[in-house]
Amino acid sequence: MYADGARFLAPRLRSKPPPVGTGRGVPEAPNEIDTPVMEAGHLTDAAPTAMRGRLEERLRQSPALAASLILIAIFIALVIGEGLHDVLQTTVNGLSLGAIYALGAVGLTLVYGILKLTNFAHGDFLTFGAYMAYLVNVTWGAPLVVAVFWAMAATALLGLLFERTLWGPMRRRRAGFLQLILMSIGLAFLLRAVIQWFWGTEIRSLDVDNTSSVEFLGLRVGETELIVIVVGIVVIAAVGLMLRYSLLGKRMRALSDDLDLAETSGIDTKRVILYTWIFSGALAGLAGVMAAATTNIRPELGFELLLPIFAAVILGGIGDAFGALAAGMVLGVMTEWSTLLIDARWKVAVGFVVLVVVLIIRPQGIFGKAKAI
Amino acid sequence: MSSASKNGALLSTEGLTAGYVPEVDILTDVDLRVNEGEIVTVIGPNGAGKSTLIKSIFGLVAPREGRVVLRGEDLTGLPPHSITRRGMSYVPQLDNVFQSLTVEENLEMGALESGRAKDRIRAIYEIFPRLGERHTQAAGTMSGGERQMLAMGRALMPEPSVLLLDEPSAGLAPAFVEAIFEKVNEINNAGVTIVMVEQNARRALGMSDRGYVLDLGSNRFEGPGRELLDDPKVAELYLGGTARLDIS
Ligand SMILES: Nc1ncnc2c1ncn2[C@@H]1O[C@H](COP(=O)(O)OP(=O)(O)OP(=O)(O)O)[C@@H](O)[C@H]1O
Ligand SMILES: [Mg+2]
Repeated sequence: MYADGARFLAPRLRSKPPPVGTGRGVPEAPNEIDTPVMEAGHLTDAAPTAMRGRLEERLRQSPALAASLILIAIFIALVIGEGLHDVLQTTVNGLSLGAIYALGAVGLTLVYGILKLTNFAHGDFLTFGAYMAYLVNVTWGAPLVVAVFWAMAATALLGLLFERTLWGPMRRRRAGFLQLILMSIGLAFLLRAVIQWFWGTEIRSLDVDNTSSVEFLGLRVGETELIVIVVGIVVIAAVGLMLRYSLLGKRMRALSDDLDLAETSGIDTKRVILYTWIFSGALAGLAGVMAAATTNIRPELGFELLLPIFAAVILGGIGDAFGALAAGMVLGVMTEWSTLLIDARWKVAVGFVVLVVVLIIRPQGIFGKAKAI
Repeated sequence: MSSASKNGALLSTEGLTAGYVPEVDILTDVDLRVNEGEIVTVIGPNGAGKSTLIKSIFGLVAPREGRVVLRGEDLTGLPPHSITRRGMSYVPQLDNVFQSLTVEENLEMGALESGRAKDRIRAIYEIFPRLGERHTQAAGTMSGGERQMLAMGRALMPEPSVLLLDEPSAGLAPAFVEAIFEKVNEINNAGVTIVMVEQNARRALGMSDRGYVLDLGSNRFEGPGRELLDDPKVAELYLGGTARLDIS
């Protein structure tokens, strides 16, 4: 498949050739090399401001810490304004939404990181998962657990299918960034049309109990929602551990960091890419079922989730899987908090606002490690 | 200059012609021969095609003509990860560490069998104690010299018989340059055959068994490292003065 060898060099711009005729001893890229990358920011000398300067420095170097502090500040402000009970109640709701965002975002960010593919069809993978679960759970009447596994498997297969028939061949033909984006948008429309053709536009729901709820500490949580939260958190933790400690997880991160280098290091990148699609698809399928269980099923389900999922990807630092998980949860909670202040119909705007604000103040993301850009 | 007999060569290229853009050959008909245990240095002006040569040996640029042979096996057309499995490793000139991964994870990425990774990592830390001290640090936060060591360590993980180094000393602080060359010698003494491209031509040729001068994509000179250093023509054209000559 590497018949045209330069394919490894194609995706990234390698601007280098230093000026001809410079002295032999002149370093080629002095500011890239020998300068630790994270040394941004500066300390003030003046004694009285030194403390504040140091704090600022600390926050600049650790944006995740800064984000946590902001989050805590918002939490406290909301508690003062709206009361502890309401804030906790929306936080709980935010956890299930956040889990959906996080599981949707982690696959999207890895696919972007590794293949430089901004996959607009990812939202419709969630929709596909939801309908697959519907098929098994409602049409065939099987238990939801079976439906979940089926949805994950089917969505993973769908990801594999497109990699083999579309993305792989397109990369080999050196399709550019924009072509890939346009194709993924086309694929998104196509997937949605096919789903509509099979199931129509009517609103459906899974066979779950959406009436009974549990109560603790004065908070009411729907039984289904509670299950979604627990499953979501368990899966997020498992995914995080897998990415951190398993060989496949490390290899995925390595590919996301530098595909060419991964290949030359001896990693069979083609195989890891296939696993990434499986991983991304399965989690999208699961997120779709979770969204279906807590709300309902309709052809726009995934498309409507796509924007906040993209926002989570960017907030987490594009290509950073851990960042996407954390940012998804944060965004879910913030979205639900917003309903305390504004009409719930506007909560879709939260993702958009966060997206814009992050892109303006910190394009590399909040949780993303500052890489040399 | 003609290439010598390929008998007994561990690694050789035969009439290698390669390029990136259709119709434009960057390398033309390059013959290179590397014997077991040698240090071979390739020098030449900027843009001569030195990196391209190494990349085509390693399967990153597909040769248009010619072959790459390692231990009698034709490697032409194999993807890089399979070449690693056949006993050859490569350290790129730039971007040679996974920045967001820790030192230890970087090394692990070079391991071909996970079962042996732990032992190999320990061995690498013995060669580069600095890496051991920093094993949990993200590679992106390390200095240029440390990164170069990490990249070399990663390339040594599969216990290669041939190591390809693209300008290992480029852009490093002077203190590191000497350290890197010493490590290269040490690795070679441990039985690893080295092919390196270097800007630091005098220093590199001085420690090499043989050298090649590449210019405009072709071999211009080849011979024992010392002889090349002493060759008045090579000295005048490629080693002389402070300015690099652009030969055309
Ligand atoms: N990815 C690429 N696509 C197209 N042309 C390239 C690419 N990489 C290198 N070239 C061209 O090939 C020629 C040889 O480049 P190469 O990097 O092999 O030179 P080099 O001898 O390694 O130079 P340096 O001393 O600067 O590292 C140059 O003219 C360069 O512009
Ligand atoms: Mg080069």
